[in-house]
Amino acid sequence: MSNLKNFAKGFVKENPVFVLFLGLCPTLGTTSSALNGLGMGLATTFVLAMSNLVISLVASVIPDKVRIPSFIVIIASFVTIVDLLMSAYTNTPGPNGEPSLYDQLGIFIPLIVVNCIVLGRAEAFASKNSVFSSLLDGLGMGLGFAFALTLLGSVREILGSGSVFGFKFIQGDGILMFVSPPGAFLALGFLIMLMNKWKQKIV
Amino acid sequence: MAKKESTFLNMLVTLLLVTLASSAALGYIYEFTKGPIAIAKSAKKNMAIHKVVPEFTNLPGEEVKKVVADNDTLYLYPAKNGDQLVGVAVETFTNKGFGGPIRLMVGFLPDGTINDIAVLEHKETPGLGDKMQKSKSNFSLQFEGKNPDNFKLSVKKDGGDVDAITASTISSRAFCDAVQRAYTVFKEGGIQ
Repeated sequence: MSNLKNFAKGFVKENPVFVLFLGLCPTLGTTSSALNGLGMGLATTFVLAMSNLVISLVASVIPDKVRIPSFIVIIASFVTIVDLLMSAYTNTPGPNGEPSLYDQLGIFIPLIVVNCIVLGRAEAFASKNSVFSSLLDGLGMGLGFAFALTLLGSVREILGSGSVFGFKFIQGDGILMFVSPPGAFLALGFLIMLMNKWKQKIV
Repeated sequence: MAKKESTFLNMLVTLLLVTLASSAALGYIYEFTKGPIAIAKSAKKNMAIHKVVPEFTNLPGEEVKKVVADNDTLYLYPAKNGDQLVGVAVETFTNKGFGGPIRLMVGFLPDGTINDIAVLEHKETPGLGDKMQKSKSNFSLQFEGKNPDNFKLSVKKDGGDVDAITASTISSRAFCDAVQRAYTVFKEGGIQ
């Protein structure tokens, strides 16, 4: 597989959210706005790329029976690093007292560790492939995840609050259900439908 | 890639090395971010305090007074301009919210008059209960400049003086409950 294909497969062909249905819990939980989705997506991208890189480096010296515990320790370390960095640098509230990005993502940052995409890519790809292609795979999968979350967050924010990335273009409230959990399921369902329709067309 | 044979010794050594390396990395990052995390936290607190009390020159976070009530803690931050007490910011809470606990920062002037109220944390319904935030409606403005001694902190339906948010009586009651708790503690707290 060429490097480009390897990188690009995470966006459409093997998109973690729309095709593989992995990591749906943070997907539904954090996408109440486009910015939250993007923040969560980028945090996961960092963890995916770094853990893929390190795991592909050490996979050949790790005995088979302690493979999973070792991977989990490596992944958990990167998640804690992201958590510490985000609580240090993304913890400033907005000018009107909106909660900071770190507060909005809350419990979902430490929960990246149980996101099945991360361990899934470590097991299925990084432990069997070269360092460079593992890094590309992690970046591609992570950015595909971030793309899906940002898209879902934008749709929910446009319909629910009449704004996108915080820029308001409709006065007053939108369809408020889309900001709350049921709206997440509805929006995701329709996005998957459109995605499948579009994929059938291009194949 | 060939799988590596697992023996007791090499499993032990591998796990030891992996955990050792990751704890060393975490220790380093922790030391590195300790300062910025503390700064971000106190800046956040100070911003909320700044919003609800008049101009001050001291560091309210350093003179905080804690009061335990109903299994949770209220924090009293005295704001001073020089030696003169100009107000007290009370971080208060209620467990009566519609979607869970609500935390508010209530600013009192030294005579007990409410200066301003900021919402720190809430899980109320978007479009209904979340109107208690200043950015969303004028609900919280009706408290400003009122002294709870002659302004009954409960909604009109319950015989008080507060105009509830339409269709959000529970959130409005919870809000009053939190402010009332702050006022009680402020009165007893006796920061003068």
